[in-house]
Amino acid sequence: MEDKHQEFIKFIQTNWNDSIHFEVDQHRILNSELQVNQVYSLINFLYKDLQFKVNNLIDLCGIHFPDQKGKELGVIYHLQSLRIPIICRLKVFVPVEKPEVPSITGIYASANWMERETYDFYGIQFLGHPNLRRILNMDEMIDFPLRKEFPLEDPFRADKEDFHFGR
Amino acid sequence: MRTNLEYRTEFLNPDMPDIPYSTLNLGPTHPATHGIFQNVLKMDGERIVSGEQTVGYIHRAFEKIAERRPFYQITPLTDRLNYCSAPINNTGWFLTVEKLLGIEIPKRVDYMRVMVMELARVADHLICNSILGVDTGALTGFTYVYQYREKIYEIYEEICGARLTTNMGRIGGFERNFSPKVFELTKKFLYEFPKIWREFENLLTRNRIFMDRTIGTGPISIERALNYGFTGPNLRATGIDYDIRAHANYCSYNEFKFDIPVGTTGDTYDRYVVRNEEIWQSLSLIEQAMQKIEKCDPGVFHADEEKYYLPPKQEVYNNMEALIYHFKIIMGEIEAPVGEVYHAVEGANGELGYYLISDGGRTPYRLHFRRPCFIYYQAFPEMVQGQLLSDAIVVMSSLNVIAGELDA
Repeated sequence: MEDKHQEFIKFIQTNWNDSIHFEVDQHRILNSELQVNQVYSLINFLYKDLQFKVNNLIDLCGIHFPDQKGKELGVIYHLQSLRIPIICRLKVFVPVEKPEVPSITGIYASANWMERETYDFYGIQFLGHPNLRRILNMDEMIDFPLRKEFPLEDPFRADKEDFHFGR
Repeated sequence: MRTNLEYRTEFLNPDMPDIPYSTLNLGPTHPATHGIFQNVLKMDGERIVSGEQTVGYIHRAFEKIAERRPFYQITPLTDRLNYCSAPINNTGWFLTVEKLLGIEIPKRVDYMRVMVMELARVADHLICNSILGVDTGALTGFTYVYQYREKIYEIYEEICGARLTTNMGRIGGFERNFSPKVFELTKKFLYEFPKIWREFENLLTRNRIFMDRTIGTGPISIERALNYGFTGPNLRATGIDYDIRAHANYCSYNEFKFDIPVGTTGDTYDRYVVRNEEIWQSLSLIEQAMQKIEKCDPGVFHADEEKYYLPPKQEVYNNMEALIYHFKIIMGEIEAPVGEVYHAVEGANGELGYYLISDGGRTPYRLHFRRPCFIYYQAFPEMVQGQLLSDAIVVMSSLNVIAGELDA
């Protein structure tokens, strides 16, 4: 299994002229941080590659790091191969002023709702998505609720004052 | 009579004269949708031309709530994802946290977890298949087998005191040991249930009406299923033997012997048959787990991790250290290591994944649930296009879409 991981890392390095580096973490997942312009092409490359067949999108989710200047919002992709135990974790970070990431719905139909969910909660714009609307929250909402500045509870609620517990 | 394929090709023909379509709202609350989600269907008579789903009616912001809770308080949230098989969700969450903390789990705990997870899988598949019977018009089978879900819930009750939303187990093991009555009830269940389930299969599997209703209804090809991110029984019904229990080997599943049933066409009938066979495999797994538990030291039911596992009550009252740990755990002041973990378990309807990012605090920095329903329910309009309305209901039922998991 370790051989397969090393083989995969070398395979990516040779095909991408050392522009993408994968690292194996302690839970045997291959991690890589990408540039925005590499996302679509790398995922498409992995999808079409017949040697490792990393062609199954497990998960797509967003993340918010308010302290990383210029890289506040991120999208995290988990891709796996059904043949070989390889799981890749791809991360891409974008500034909060211009959160634009290419959509991968053209490759994976399953990415459609996952990208809508990420847009719904983080406000990340997926360029080229056929139907980028809110999915779980109501359409009238203007905030993006999973961003860290969004409060979990409304601090100004008058009907929920609880003086005994110091809230 | 036109076949579905002929109908579809005719529909795609641009020279076709304009047909006035009607719109039908199936849901949000409708007995046939088994949960609160809406399907807006464009109908030509009784045929479905296209459809669109609306989800999010019971969205409860679990991911946001989880960012403010210590790890053990997140377990009750996972109960409410797929509430038909809550122990699988609980165990999946514990396995994720244990992977982050790097806790070694004793073998007996693994077997106990396999036992409850397979019981939960039986309960979930039992509901799905018997409700599929109801949707095709056979209420008898459902009322007959449903009492056995009750028996499974009695076993849960004996283990943890709860029935539906179980909150079963703790990080590192179980909160208390299995009483002898648990094994007694499970043995009784294993003795009685196969007869009942065989009768249920006799009623439906080769039933002419049931076969006519389900064969060829809502099929999906391997390529489309993979592209839509199908997992679990729905993917296996198309013919791919992908099962995380065998693929990723968590909870010592590699020590068990079980088969992975696969279908061929991915239609409703295949999904039904795959689930039936999985019930038989699960029963065998429960039996194997019980045999393995008997061979282990009967006193072990959790890992010795005093930092994360609550000490017993007698010690809390009499022992200083235990009191401190009890206080720290209850107040959520134990800090987790920095790390990033993805862990998936084979849930009852697919790959249930937890993606946990910890920044070293008492709560997760980010927790994402990979809910199988949410991902494969996207394929529903494609699966029912050109079919009858009554087929759409059967397809939705056999996909086993659970509203709690859909919306998180």
